Amino acid sequence: MVERTPILNFFTHLILFVGFVFCVAPFVIVAIAASHSLKEVNDVPMSLLPGSEFWVNIKTAWTTADLGPKLFNSFVMAAGVAAGKVIISALTAFSIVYFRYPGRMLIFWLIFVTLMLPLEVRIVPTYAVVANVMSPYQAILDVTGLSWLIEKVSGVQVSLSLGLLNSYTGLIMPLIATATGTFLYRQFFLTVPDELTEAARMDGAGALRFFIDILLPLSRNNMAALGTIMFLWAWNQYLWPLLITTDASHATAVTELKQLIPNVGGIPEWNIAMAGTLIVMLPPLVVVVAMQRWFVRGLIATEK
Amino acid sequence: MEKRVTFSRWSIGILFAVPQLLLIFTFFYWPAGQAVYWSLTLQQPWGGGNIWVGLDNFRSILANADYWNSITASLVFAACSTGLAMVIALVLAALTDRQLAGSRLYRVVLIWPYGIAAPALAMAFRFILAPEAGFMAVVNQVWPGFWDPGLDGTDAMASIIAAFSWKYVGYNFIFFLAAFQAIPRSLIEAAAMDGSGVLRRFWDIQFPLITPTIFFLLVINITESFQDSFGIVDIMTAGGPANSTNLMVYKIYSDGFKGLDYSGAAAQSIILMLLIIVLTIFQFRFIERRVHYR
Repeated sequence: MVERTPILNFFTHLILFVGFVFCVAPFVIVAIAASHSLKEVNDVPMSLLPGSEFWVNIKTAWTTADLGPKLFNSFVMAAGVAAGKVIISALTAFSIVYFRYPGRMLIFWLIFVTLMLPLEVRIVPTYAVVANVMSPYQAILDVTGLSWLIEKVSGVQVSLSLGLLNSYTGLIMPLIATATGTFLYRQFFLTVPDELTEAARMDGAGALRFFIDILLPLSRNNMAALGTIMFLWAWNQYLWPLLITTDASHATAVTELKQLIPNVGGIPEWNIAMAGTLIVMLPPLVVVVAMQRWFVRGLIATEK
Repeated sequence: MEKRVTFSRWSIGILFAVPQLLLIFTFFYWPAGQAVYWSLTLQQPWGGGNIWVGLDNFRSILANADYWNSITASLVFAACSTGLAMVIALVLAALTDRQLAGSRLYRVVLIWPYGIAAPALAMAFRFILAPEAGFMAVVNQVWPGFWDPGLDGTDAMASIIAAFSWKYVGYNFIFFLAAFQAIPRSLIEAAAMDGSGVLRRFWDIQFPLITPTIFFLLVINITESFQDSFGIVDIMTAGGPANSTNLMVYKIYSDGFKGLDYSGAAAQSIILMLLIIVLTIFQFRFIERRVHYR
């Protein structure tokens, strides 16, 4: 603030307050609707004072959508994606920053291109790959004639097959296969002083030792930021889990929400639906609030 | 930028990149290639492999009115939600940057919506905007038949735009605020000393300095509006009424997995890929020129 601007200050407060209300209102409305009875929630206008059926509704939503195991699935998927990203991106970034091998730039660009096309766009063929992850390799063997050769030589017919539908691996792996974290690490590794590497080499440390004992401890902040943002991103995935978990026992909490959409006809059970929504939106909200610093940092760093 | 000091063992270096390369080959390049292959072939109804049909899949899609309707809907959705989310976020960030009392609170709270899963917030908005219960019901009582996203395509489109914008205001806000705070305070103070008011300073100093952020967010918002809208559409409208909210990703999903038309869905994927690539290149080439970089 440089000068006195009482009128402008008033409007600043007013507009920000309106923004605040719009931002928080849906959370509040969901919580209030979740506490009403079936009749109260369908009243027009709905009362904004909390009702008394909160725990009953939460319990009904919990059992209807079978949220216990579903939340567990979501948690495993989100944690798996976060951990996988944090580890694999670190390895790759180390490789492209600290080594000079032929084809390094090619690898860099191969990874960079994956930023362009999100999973949603190539969803149908990715599904086919996950139904049998070995199919690319089988096709390569067939086309190059290698499978014919192996069959002639050893008499074994090559048919690789490994289905990953309805498995945690199938849920997690395709979500890790993008470049998001790699560039975050790359930027950071480039700022690590060369003297550190020189000193480590002088002391006889090899690449692996340098990576584990020096580089990884230094990137702890990056890992927290990337882990947080990837956890949230994976938790909030919808289309992918919806497709590959044809078996209800592997569905995630977010895909399970669909079970709670009130049916057409009859009095819509919005109180139950909102109770379920509240349960599903709570874990990411807790992560955002608790890890705010890392969340903001990760957000800004991964996108640039 | 390159490292001066590196390790000399190639083999180890390549080994470090192998897990990532295997992953992106299996789950990125192969499927992308597969999409191209499927889009150029037609699967036989009773098995027997794919036959080559050249560009026929594309021709039949482009001749289909439903598909054009889907493109129009996606573009309307992208334009409205991006515009809304960015303008609101810009205003809120500019005002928060004035750092009056309470601005810390806004900085914390305005980010929350971005953490919420699209389907969950879609559910919340479906209730809030439901015609028979919730809040629009009050409006409907005063003015019967005014609002029904289940029957009126425009209302349905407005609903999904509202839900999507609500989430992305928080996202854009973070970036705008960071950009505003990166502007040196002394610049603003110097301008104030020269007698320029708040608005003048905004248009002549702050706005030009944050154009890179605006440009960046524009690209991200438009691409996200193609992808992240799926959950919102699926929960709120399921593409209806009468295909008015049948956005491109939703159509790919319903044609590919419900209609089992892999070739058609693959061709649509290719068009969407091209659209995203063209948008990105277009924005880089034409908008970036008018953007101020330090």
